[in-house]
Amino acid sequence: MNLTIASQIARTHLLAKKRQTLVAMLGVTFGIAMFITMISFMQGVNQFLEDSALDASPHIRVFNKVNTQRASLIDEAHPGGFNVVYHQKPRAESARLKNGLIIANRIGRQPGVLGVSPQLSTQVFYNNGPIQLSGIIAGVDIDRENALYHLTTRLQSGNLNALKTNPDALIMGTGLARDLNVRVGDKVTVTTPTGGTRVLRVAGTFGFGISTVDNTRSYANLSTVQEILQKDPSYITDIHVKMTDPMRAIPLGKQLQAMFGYHTEDWATANTAILAGEKIRNVMTFVVSFTLLVVAGFGIYNIMNMTVVNKIKDIAILKATGFDSRDIVAIFLLQAVFIGISGGLLGLGIGFGLSYLLSITPFDTGNMISLKTFPVIFAPKYYVMGLLFGVITTLLAGYFPSRKASKVDPVAILRG
Amino acid sequence: MVLSARHLNKYFYDPDQFQVLRDITFDVQQGEFMAIVGKSGCGKSTLLYLLSTMDTSYDGQIEMAGTSLTGRSQDFLAHFRNEHLGFVFQFHFLLPEFSALQNVMLPGQKLGKYPAHELEERAMEKLRLIGMADYARKPASKLSGGQQQRVAIARALINDPTIIMGDEPTGNLDRANSENVFHIFKDLAAKGQTIITVTHDPDFAAGTDRIIEMSDGQIISGHENQIRQAG
Repeated sequence: MNLTIASQIARTHLLAKKRQTLVAMLGVTFGIAMFITMISFMQGVNQFLEDSALDASPHIRVFNKVNTQRASLIDEAHPGGFNVVYHQKPRAESARLKNGLIIANRIGRQPGVLGVSPQLSTQVFYNNGPIQLSGIIAGVDIDRENALYHLTTRLQSGNLNALKTNPDALIMGTGLARDLNVRVGDKVTVTTPTGGTRVLRVAGTFGFGISTVDNTRSYANLSTVQEILQKDPSYITDIHVKMTDPMRAIPLGKQLQAMFGYHTEDWATANTAILAGEKIRNVMTFVVSFTLLVVAGFGIYNIMNMTVVNKIKDIAILKATGFDSRDIVAIFLLQAVFIGISGGLLGLGIGFGLSYLLSITPFDTGNMISLKTFPVIFAPKYYVMGLLFGVITTLLAGYFPSRKASKVDPVAILRG
Repeated sequence: MVLSARHLNKYFYDPDQFQVLRDITFDVQQGEFMAIVGKSGCGKSTLLYLLSTMDTSYDGQIEMAGTSLTGRSQDFLAHFRNEHLGFVFQFHFLLPEFSALQNVMLPGQKLGKYPAHELEERAMEKLRLIGMADYARKPASKLSGGQQQRVAIARALINDPTIIMGDEPTGNLDRANSENVFHIFKDLAAKGQTIITVTHDPDFAAGTDRIIEMSDGQIISGHENQIRQAG
């Protein structure tokens, strides 16, 4: 097989039918441009949703799952008997993590752990004049919490450090502050389910862009919340853990559960809905892109088939003058590959252009402060993938007509 | 002896079984200019395509240039054609998108025996030989039928083949062009080139060294041409 001469013939064929070549190329171009645009945008959306969910939630959360159900004494004494116990009171069980601070320190020493924040979170009522809203208050060590959730970047007004100097300071979610009609410096009454009450001063507001967090949560000092609940300084209910690699959170979560006997929840379990949505969007992207490429592939297949039929005399002459079937396959496959690669490269360019335009298109999300334009990811791997898809599609689409060409019987053609 | 055919038999099976060639045996000597003649359907073209190695479904033995060609692979035969055979057909002369020169060079490029510039020299030389040097850079599609056929002869010559085979090389040409092509063949034969052509042009056949006449798939007469012998 002689590639130089095969490529020379292929080039001549392509140039002889410029318009046809261009149409075949544009099919691939369109398919790949759409693939690049769609995958960049979809992955951007996925990344954004995942980030905003993961930013606001810990990779691992260790807590005491309060189980109020218990078997009655008579059930324990006569299991399987016909036992009836009316109005059994649930057992009083504390949500406390025993030795929580020590556990937190030990988790902090595990490899791959980025940060640990022991905290006490409880449901509360926020009161400002006649307004009553239920929400959650988290007592935290603000530096450790900041290391986990980058609260400084989420801060909309006020200052995190106020929490260190003022024991009555409160950092509040933007939605909650808006609903309570309070600003930095205003006072809010906090009432716990056990009846403790305290007046706290709003020292700042934060926004994650997730309404379930922004509309309910606020941060106070750990010791302040312990005081409101009338608990001792070692009382904590949750340990939040962030890892350097989120994927390592899943095995570590199981390990921690076995080590300390407390319930652990990793980010994947906590955000099942988001991850499922991500999978669905991925499948959608690939199905649509694949369809586009298959359509482009059939376009190439048709055009190559036509070329082979048009060139059947030439094929017969080439065979008669000593070109073997591999030469013939090379001639037509090279044409398909040229169409695939040039159409593909053009598609990558157009795809990049479209995704860039999308990424600078203003996108008003209202409360979603972290998003000003459509989220788009520019990852080289999508471009490699797009080109690869394009070339594979054209190879397949070109192979069958090429093989047909190589099987042409020169005698049948040349005898006229 | 450059070609020997032994007991060639060939059948067509579609629509009914039909024997096209019956026990064909003959030899061709180096430098012979031979014509195969006969009425339509006598099997002369079929015989030529067996000899051309493109049709491989036959019984018997074909040997060319000291190589047995029966039962060889397609790729071997393609290479053999490239090196040892030149073809001139009745229709379909050249690749239309290529220039006359490129058409002549193609089989040479395939053989890869000479570097590009030397090959081009040789191709020009062959074109000069058939008087087409002035048209070398013209696209084949812009040439007349007669001119194309002459370029096709130059292409057949490019690899200095053992045998040139022609299937009615003048069948589609007018009187003047036919004569032109015949004279080119005649000159080549005079220089020692072996040529086998199928023709039903009696004038063309009369000018050759040897005529094999066929009927119903058999050779009914093979004789040396007296004119040639006298000369």
